[in-house]
Amino acid sequence: MNAADPTPAPQAAVRAVEAADLDGIIALDAAITGIEKPDYWYELLHRYGTRGRQQRFFLVAVADGEVVGYVIGEVRDWEFGQPPCGWVFGIGVQPGTRLRGLGTQLLDAICAGFRRAGVTKVRTLTSRENNLILSFFRSQGMMAAPFIPLELDLQ
Amino acid sequence: MKLQKATELALYSILEFAANPTAQVSAAEIAEKYGVSPHHLAKVLRDLGRAGLVESTRGVGGGYRFTGNAKRLTLFDVIELFEALAPEAASQHLPTPGERALARVTSEIDEIAKATFSSITVDTMLKLIAREERAERDLAVARA
Repeated sequence: MNAADPTPAPQAAVRAVEAADLDGIIALDAAITGIEKPDYWYELLHRYGTRGRQQRFFLVAVADGEVVGYVIGEVRDWEFGQPPCGWVFGIGVQPGTRLRGLGTQLLDAICAGFRRAGVTKVRTLTSRENNLILSFFRSQGMMAAPFIPLELDLQ
Repeated sequence: MKLQKATELALYSILEFAANPTAQVSAAEIAEKYGVSPHHLAKVLRDLGRAGLVESTRGVGGGYRFTGNAKRLTLFDVIELFEALAPEAASQHLPTPGERALARVTSEIDEIAKATFSSITVDTMLKLIAREERAERDLAVARA
């Protein structure tokens, strides 16, 4: 808890994902989660990565030609009985670049997209055991939403 | 959930020191601001000092200084110095189904509290405080 903060991040550009980014994203996600899931990412590219979509966003951060982060989300209308709002489904940055503002840059970019789409609230859902991502969203000013996630073991 | 008075004092003190990282803040200032006895506060500050989160300087102009890392230190790190927030004993060892069922519900609440406290750093709290201060100023302007 007393470790010194790392040095500032190299400049990264945030832009819409391209098919050529996918290998880098798959590798980045595997480095974070320990699981390589190419089918999942190809499906996301198909569903969220097509240019021209008004409500779906799949953005990458690129530094020195390398994918160093991603964020995915969309505007959902009346989901869970709520007025339209932006949902962030996934965000990740290269582990070596943490605490350098890259996640903030990605979240700011997707929030700008949500605002352009006409919504004024952004939500997300994270595992309460994932302290890293929970702390990140908290540091961005996010507070508990008025929901309680529930689940049931199906026998 | 209600935190013990000593825990709340520890959190307020840490936030006061972290908000002024280069300044020496006196215990008397904090005791007066939060309406507590300097004696009670001194004990809390001693515990924070032992944990390496603050250091004190004696003499004229002396006081306390934050020595932790605001971006790493969480509310839970401070809270667990003063009280036990660990989940209760495993519910399956309780004798009746009613006790086991109630223990599952209270354990769910404890886990949510722990996750919340563990995810909020001192730095995040300082941003929240700044937001509250801005809202207070805006309200004052609107009322004027």
